[in-house]
Amino acid sequence: MSKSNLTRRGVLKTGAVAGAGVALPTIFTASSASAFTNEPTGGTVTLGFNVPQTGPYAEEGNDELLAQQLAVEHLNGEGDGGCLNTFSSKALKGNGILGKKVTFVTGDTQTKSDAARASAKSMIEKDGAIMINGGSSSGVAVAVQGLCQEAGIIFMAGLTHANDTTGKDRKANGFRHFFNAYMSGAALAPVLAKEMGNDRRAYHLTADYNWGWTQEESIVASTEALGWETVNTVKTPLASTDFSSYIAPVLNSGADVLVLNHYGGNMVNSLTNAIQFGLLDKVVNGKDFKIVVPLYSELMAAGAGENIKGVLGSMNWNWQLQDEGTRAFVKSFGEKYGKPPSNSAQTCYAQVLLYADAVERAGSFNPCAVVEALEGFEFDGLGNGPTLYRAEDHQCFKDVLVVRGAQNPTTQYDTLEIVEVTPVEQVTYPPNHPMFGGDEASLGECNPGA
Amino acid sequence: MFGLNKKDGLLFLFVIAITLLAPFLLNPFPTDSAMAQFNAGYPDLLQRFAIFGIFAIGFNILFGLTGYLSFGHAAFLGVGSYAAVWMFKLFSYNVLPAIVFAVIMAALFSVLIGYISLRRSGIYFSILTLAFAQMSFALAYSVLSNPKFNLTNGETGLQVYDTDPQIFHREGLPDLPHLFGLSVRATYELNLGGWSFTFNLGYYICAVIMLIVFYLAIRLFRSPFGMMLRAIKSNNTRMTYTGLNAKPYTLAAFVISGMYAGLAGGLLAAMDPLAGAERMFWTASGEVVLMTILGGAGTLIGPVLGAGLIKYMENIVSKINDNVLHQWFSFLPDGFEDVMVTLIHPFVGKGWNLTLGVIFMLVVIFLPGGLVEGGQRIARLFTGRRGRAAKRKSTQSTPAE
Repeated sequence: MSKSNLTRRGVLKTGAVAGAGVALPTIFTASSASAFTNEPTGGTVTLGFNVPQTGPYAEEGNDELLAQQLAVEHLNGEGDGGCLNTFSSKALKGNGILGKKVTFVTGDTQTKSDAARASAKSMIEKDGAIMINGGSSSGVAVAVQGLCQEAGIIFMAGLTHANDTTGKDRKANGFRHFFNAYMSGAALAPVLAKEMGNDRRAYHLTADYNWGWTQEESIVASTEALGWETVNTVKTPLASTDFSSYIAPVLNSGADVLVLNHYGGNMVNSLTNAIQFGLLDKVVNGKDFKIVVPLYSELMAAGAGENIKGVLGSMNWNWQLQDEGTRAFVKSFGEKYGKPPSNSAQTCYAQVLLYADAVERAGSFNPCAVVEALEGFEFDGLGNGPTLYRAEDHQCFKDVLVVRGAQNPTTQYDTLEIVEVTPVEQVTYPPNHPMFGGDEASLGECNPGA
Repeated sequence: MFGLNKKDGLLFLFVIAITLLAPFLLNPFPTDSAMAQFNAGYPDLLQRFAIFGIFAIGFNILFGLTGYLSFGHAAFLGVGSYAAVWMFKLFSYNVLPAIVFAVIMAALFSVLIGYISLRRSGIYFSILTLAFAQMSFALAYSVLSNPKFNLTNGETGLQVYDTDPQIFHREGLPDLPHLFGLSVRATYELNLGGWSFTFNLGYYICAVIMLIVFYLAIRLFRSPFGMMLRAIKSNNTRMTYTGLNAKPYTLAAFVISGMYAGLAGGLLAAMDPLAGAERMFWTASGEVVLMTILGGAGTLIGPVLGAGLIKYMENIVSKINDNVLHQWFSFLPDGFEDVMVTLIHPFVGKGWNLTLGVIFMLVVIFLPGGLVEGGQRIARLFTGRRGRAAKRKSTQSTPAE
């Protein structure tokens, strides 16, 4: 039998204690009614650098990281200022961003969408990063871009070349400075026509995943417009390391050009196999056999060594360019790290400066203000010549380089020589181009989060 | 209590306490201190602890009890994730149906793979499962993502687009996975002095599900069925000679652990609506083996500890860069500071795999029973001392001859 002593005083007391208990957490909660996710409140602002530090693209990722650190130094007014001196917008003063000192956190994407999102999330949730920059693969870029859109953070893509990043997967909070597969095709086509004529027969080997397909689609479209014939397109598994069985049929196909839609280790291996089969020494249909690698990078060129001599491809940027911006960047990068930067490093460096500049011009870290400041922004002096950040798809439009493996490299760094700088008009396409998601693709609304 | 004996009941209570208080326990350092780098109490990592805990508990039911080492469990995780995201795409963002569907799909898939793989045992079984998982990976990465029949969206990962049907989605519901309208991202921040603790709904969903499946695992370990599985591990041939067909038991264990993996995959997708093919890659399968062995195969709590340790290394240690190191050692004279940074540099940041490898080697060599054995040894150290003390007392009380 229970006996309860329910008195008025007792009830009041209990009620008061319970009320205080419930209210306690809110007393301690700072009234931080911030307008957007991770609004920087103290004297510093945190950027997140999310790059592959392990896995197949680790080399590119680590190069990106060096460039990002350099960018932070320049923003904080340390070092020689690099491209801040040549950048056409003069909003940045070398005193951080909006007077706040720039700090950064780094993470490892492992070139996996999952790990990249986990790492980006920890930057956003734990470290309070206001912007995420980096990535060395399109799958990762698209995944992290989607995350940033949901979280209300700005994403400044690093190396990502597939059309989808600013095509069907474009997002209002995401921006890409790097060029894309379509631009590679458009830039390469005239050079190919000039060097090889208009009646070539092309054979494609394509890495069997999203980037490979968009790359193949773009090159096929632009070469067929020249009058070339596409003999065959063969998909190779991404994990292949030996391409001999794919190269042998090329010899009997009657093709006289081999297009390798491969990147990274894939490209190094397939190119090496092709050279071993003596493809470049063959004469087919009365013409010299040629090999084309649509997307080049310095690090791949170094990996392929001798084999890339004379092989054509395209790049976003190369340290051998002679404009002011390039010289300033190569000088400060070279002085600090003792080697010239790769094009993935340059795109990350430019992206960090572009973000900082947009914040400075907008006068706020609010993602929506930054988006507004970047959309339709025209600038120069970062190494790529006059550039436009197109408002419709957040893709940068600038000149594209066509490069060739150097015949007589003098150092380990000038393995590529610039054949032509394709002007921007030639690589521009409408925002609703069918390769970029057509009319359905949309940026959506900018999301400030919180 | 709950139909458990005293020891298991205490263990279960302990796990409940740890899981529910995790946001406090994992944020021991004030936000502004230099040690805040080691705080792990943010939603994403907490969720991962619980989810990979589930994955490892399930794996342990197969590996720890029957001794069948599957090298392809990540395939079920991936299938679960894809199934859940498809539920989001077609029906609604509610996480419950997605998780249920993920478990069902993983179960079907594991019946298929298990039926074939379990015709062999030992290394052949491992290789068969590995082959199936790599096949699934290749299918998801390229074959099933071609523009004509796009089931997995390849490298980019399956995600929800605005143009998807989502027939049960209506105005007012969050545009993110939710539990009957409560977004999994809903968080409450509690600031106490310099400390800040984050309570996230998504984590508590994962935590409650983990507690349920942990309880199921205890019951399974202590059941006659669990005993049968242990018998298979200790001597399968003798079982066969006594006239008992062990295959249905192993298949059941395989399917149960596949369902655990599918549940984990579904939860991963529920916390973050994107499913990538890398989830099925062989390294992901290897990771769960590491988790189980690191924590202690065949023990109840071991796999959860192992999962926690690996995810902690992956997310916390990988983020320590040279800048952070310089801050830590800035109190030292310049020369010493650089030396310390150079010494530690290879083990943090991109070297987190190296540190993990060293820890794994140390555990396997010195603690073959995993972290659980380490805990037991420490416990024995204390009880042993107490035992000795009691003995001394007794010897003292007896008068000398």
